[in-house]
Amino acid sequence: MHADMNSFYAAVECMHRPAERALPLAVGGDAERRHGIILAKNEYAKRYGIKTAEALWQARQKCPQLCIVPPDYPLYMRYSALARKIYASYTPKTESFGLDECWLDLSDRHMDFRRAARLAEEIHLRIINELGVTVSVGVSWNKVFAKLGSDLSKPDGTVVITPGNYRERIWPLPVGDLLYVGRATERKLRHAGIKSIGDLARCPSRWLKERLGKVGLMLQAFARGEDRSEVSMSDDPEVIKSIGNSVTTPRDLIRDEEVKLVYFALAESVAARLREQGLTSSCISISLRDSRLCSASHQRALSRPTDLTMEILDEVMALYEEHFQERGPVRSLGIKASKLQPADPEQLNFMPDRARREQYARIDRTVDGLRRRFGYAAVRRAYLLKDELGRLDAKGSHVIAPVPFIKGGETICSN
Amino acid sequence: MLELIPQDHNHEGKLYVPVWAYYDACGNIKPLALRLGDQNFIIDRILDVRPGASRKAGGCGIRYLCRIREQRFALYLEEDRWFMES
Ligand SMILES: [Mg+2]
Repeated sequence: MHADMNSFYAAVECMHRPAERALPLAVGGDAERRHGIILAKNEYAKRYGIKTAEALWQARQKCPQLCIVPPDYPLYMRYSALARKIYASYTPKTESFGLDECWLDLSDRHMDFRRAARLAEEIHLRIINELGVTVSVGVSWNKVFAKLGSDLSKPDGTVVITPGNYRERIWPLPVGDLLYVGRATERKLRHAGIKSIGDLARCPSRWLKERLGKVGLMLQAFARGEDRSEVSMSDDPEVIKSIGNSVTTPRDLIRDEEVKLVYFALAESVAARLREQGLTSSCISISLRDSRLCSASHQRALSRPTDLTMEILDEVMALYEEHFQERGPVRSLGIKASKLQPADPEQLNFMPDRARREQYARIDRTVDGLRRRFGYAAVRRAYLLKDELGRLDAKGSHVIAPVPFIKGGETICSN
Repeated sequence: MLELIPQDHNHEGKLYVPVWAYYDACGNIKPLALRLGDQNFIIDRILDVRPGASRKAGGCGIRYLCRIREQRFALYLEEDRWFMES
């Protein structure tokens, strides 16, 4: 089952603002500044052709009376947590995706589509009654179809995709709607005349494999309803073989700069936690998921172990530049430091760039000390002051769940 | 320039009220009395408790259906503040 709260930010704002509820309303990021963009809009704003991610001034041109409100992330997080609490009362197996989406694994011996449909209807009603916002729910035997089902049931309702109806309901949809189909893949497929999900399901496997490799076969399996991936439990306990941190960002990140900003914050926190534990790492990996659920992770072995913020940062930036040039709007990202070993202070002395490393280490120690005494916000990298995202305390409350890294660094999104 | 609308204070339909509440040893919360204007009212009975949203007031939380004298009304615990529809 996949549950998706509709136009989430705007829906919460409308709920909390009875006076503006019946007007065109949009949530705008950075409204004080000129480069602000629309983060979400309600039905009335949609009728004026207002689009997510367009500039505020553009939106104003389309609809001069548009009511633009600043985002209230703590409020959205509260609603998100309340929704997750409802989901968790049905199953311990829930996997959040952003603040507004969640997969639920309801399968057990006695589950069938009729029962699942009843539960979907119940969850749908509870979200309306208890939170006052609407949710679309898709039910199916696999995650990919469940998500497509919740897209189909927008703006509000439930849709059940069964082995009996998926050809009529799912196959006519554009291939780009399929999870894991990134922009580059979509272009390739369209170029070859594969426009719908049905086209992809029916096209010869050999041809797909030649063009897209293993990824092509995997996507075809998804289109045929053969996705077997499990709903990963959000609170899987993680063994300390690695120190990682990932965030689901409060909004989709579009600009390169924004993404790097969040990686900065994550690198800082991972490095700080390494030092806290007295560990160093000689393998850094980064992961990224975009709003299409295209997800990938890449890693890099270091020539020598480190716990220095600046060095980890450099590795992360290099990995990002190398692998994530082509991507959609970003939903979540993460950094992981593995191949851990105890920090060995002596080691520094033999390195050629000893002076620079000692300086980095001194800065880190100072920052750690200040933060221990005065809190995270006491010291911030100048770079992170540029945006509200930089204020996200990567060690604190914004961390929603450890996004599982894809095994073996395999790229699902072909690009 | 853009006008930003202030967030989440009392507005038409929503009235935050001072409440006296009882916390039992398990952490369950029960409102005992509330203040409206300069008058205090004892809550005679709580008829129902469940999570709930009020579209009229614009907010959600734990909804306590209360009775004061012969009047029934809903009192909402929103995080750590109480509001009612007005
Ligand atoms: Mg949504």
